[in-house]
Amino acid sequence: MTVTERILGSRTLAALTSPHGVDRYLELVNPMWAATEVRARVSDVHRENPRSDGPEVATLTLQPTHTWRGHRAGQYVQVGVDLPGSARRLTRCFSISSAASRPGEEFTLTIRAHEEGQVSKFLVRDARPGQVLHLSQAEGDFTLPVSAATPGPHRLLMISGGSGITPVMSQLRTLLRDGYDGRAGRPVTFVHFARSAEDQIFADELAAIDAADNDVDVRIFHGDSTFSADLLGRLLPSYSRTDTWACGPAGLIELVRDAFGEDNPRLRVEFFKAPTVASGSAEGAVTFSRAGASVPNTGASILEQAEGAGLTPEFGCRMGICFSCTSRKTEGTVRNVLTGEESSQPDEDIRICVSSPVGDCSVEL
Amino acid sequence: MTTQQNGRLTREQLDAFGEELDAIRQRIIADLGEKDAAYIRGILKRQRQLEVAGRALMYLPPAWPLAVAALSLSKILDNMEIGHNVMHGQYDWMGDPALNSRMFDWDNVCPGEQWKYSHNYIHHTFTNILGKDRDIGYGILRMDEDQKWHPYYLGNPVYAFLLMVFFEWGVAMHDLEVENIVNGTRKLEENRALHAGIMRKVRRQALKDYLLFPALTGPLFPLTLAGNATANLVRNIWAFNIIFCGHFPAGVETFTEEECQDETGPDGKPTESRGHWYYRQILGSANITGGRLFHILSGNLSHQIEHHLFPDIPARRYPEVAAEVREICERYGLAYNTGPLRKQLGSVARKIFRLALPDAVRGRTTPREQEHVVEPAAAA
Repeated sequence: MTVTERILGSRTLAALTSPHGVDRYLELVNPMWAATEVRARVSDVHRENPRSDGPEVATLTLQPTHTWRGHRAGQYVQVGVDLPGSARRLTRCFSISSAASRPGEEFTLTIRAHEEGQVSKFLVRDARPGQVLHLSQAEGDFTLPVSAATPGPHRLLMISGGSGITPVMSQLRTLLRDGYDGRAGRPVTFVHFARSAEDQIFADELAAIDAADNDVDVRIFHGDSTFSADLLGRLLPSYSRTDTWACGPAGLIELVRDAFGEDNPRLRVEFFKAPTVASGSAEGAVTFSRAGASVPNTGASILEQAEGAGLTPEFGCRMGICFSCTSRKTEGTVRNVLTGEESSQPDEDIRICVSSPVGDCSVEL
Repeated sequence: MTTQQNGRLTREQLDAFGEELDAIRQRIIADLGEKDAAYIRGILKRQRQLEVAGRALMYLPPAWPLAVAALSLSKILDNMEIGHNVMHGQYDWMGDPALNSRMFDWDNVCPGEQWKYSHNYIHHTFTNILGKDRDIGYGILRMDEDQKWHPYYLGNPVYAFLLMVFFEWGVAMHDLEVENIVNGTRKLEENRALHAGIMRKVRRQALKDYLLFPALTGPLFPLTLAGNATANLVRNIWAFNIIFCGHFPAGVETFTEEECQDETGPDGKPTESRGHWYYRQILGSANITGGRLFHILSGNLSHQIEHHLFPDIPARRYPEVAAEVREICERYGLAYNTGPLRKQLGSVARKIFRLALPDAVRGRTTPREQEHVVEPAAAA
């Protein structure tokens, strides 16, 4: 820790800048100066699938502030973007694709532009070097407990689909980087499913890894060759007793889970939420995730429906002015009963007294 | 000041009136964007610059008045155009944690968390309803005819002066509802958690302004301490005066709970219609006229009427909707209470002195007040 970092993180400076905090002053001078918050400057944007007619994929190289504590292979980071034209900051999670990083070290995100995803579309299509992003620290426990520095005989299996390749790519890259003489230090089977050869990202790197003598066996499947227990059994008969990391769309993960059997401790999974589509009526169910309750949607305000379900959420004015009842909606669409505006953003703070669910909806209550 | 007889509005009129105001609200919300974001970030930047300048100038004894001026302006901007408005949730739509009502706290001994409850919920929902809105006289003063006189109120002007000087402390103590503890309707234990929160915030504020920054200036410790205290005092006086002009000038009306219940709620209990809520906000608030800088320094609370109609819309939008609101008031025959600062302040001061005396001594009502006797609006 440098002297500057020690001063910036000191209790005295925190007391002097109370209640706003040091970062509220530093950011006015330079967005890359921070005491506790993490931000990053985009230093490079590289298109990964230029020949594909499907959604574009790009790798963004990020130079974080010194406050970045580094990441373990397989973790993700929350990325906040001030979308131009709207002044609204949206925050989404993305897996880190580069090998494990140390504090303050560069890392990469590899992102597919989803048609409904405002953040992914912006990052892939519009982000340019110099763009500043707001980050969280690395999060998640979809990580490798082993290091290539301590070789062993136990095989690792990595299964991924589409852009779910990013966290397992980080794991593979970390093993090869940290291992002696470019070897993973243990047998690794890397299985990946992509829509087509044109959509395949990291194709050259994966081909080189497969060709090299490094303990890694890469198996890539395109188009119709989708995942099945039979396919996996042919590749690796003992798969269900192999430490496995699987990441991809929810559909793939369902199949992998079935293949490994209920609650198989060898299997770790990570999957993307499928975007929900509004049905436009008082149908579906409202889920109160903290209470673990779910009730059929009556079309009334979420506050009223929660109270109807026996919950006692905090509230004030009950007319949308005081913000006492603000709660996080994790999934689904809600309509603001005052403006009629509908919103399907995931992880959005809403005033539950003036929001009614449109179809399925999940709220942290 | 515009004064006119506030007519009764019929059920239909109240509904139409409410719809017109809802339409303004929706139009502004749909238009929120980069200009609003740039504005509040600009004000924030200016406030931080003034604060840093104020702290730095304390090292130059001849520049002491300048240092105090910069720090006072910083605290005024921080509390009013930034703190008050951000904590109203006016900028929550931006998704920036630094401008989020749930994260923000102000440079003031009152913890933002507690202020939001008594202000955003109690005061803004029950504005000027006697017995419900604790901002009528703040439990200390007699600011309305319908508050029963008591010999205690002979001290009205003295209490008001003390509240002005110690305003941030008054705001911090407000949530403790001391008056309700005295009259036995609130238990001391209910205050325990609030008390801990206030003490934590007081310690932080005092440590910064009265120990650390003075100590950093070494031999100038007493001068810096005096400078910081003066800046807090200036902010107190300014905030008190602006805020007292918001609801206490002559002509501003108060309401009883019953006369606000003009509708039957879904649970079968009497409740207030949206139109009547708007109606009450307009008649219960008063504006102050002035220039652009004055409006910014008042946190745009000089547009108290517009603020009470649309408390969650960025305050910079109030001036642009004021003409429209005023025109609507004229059409419905409602008083739109506005005037320059000296006039509104004079009116508030007269009220503070007048209401100190028992009703029998000064005569029950002056003709002007009679004009504003509250009539049950659309009670039928």
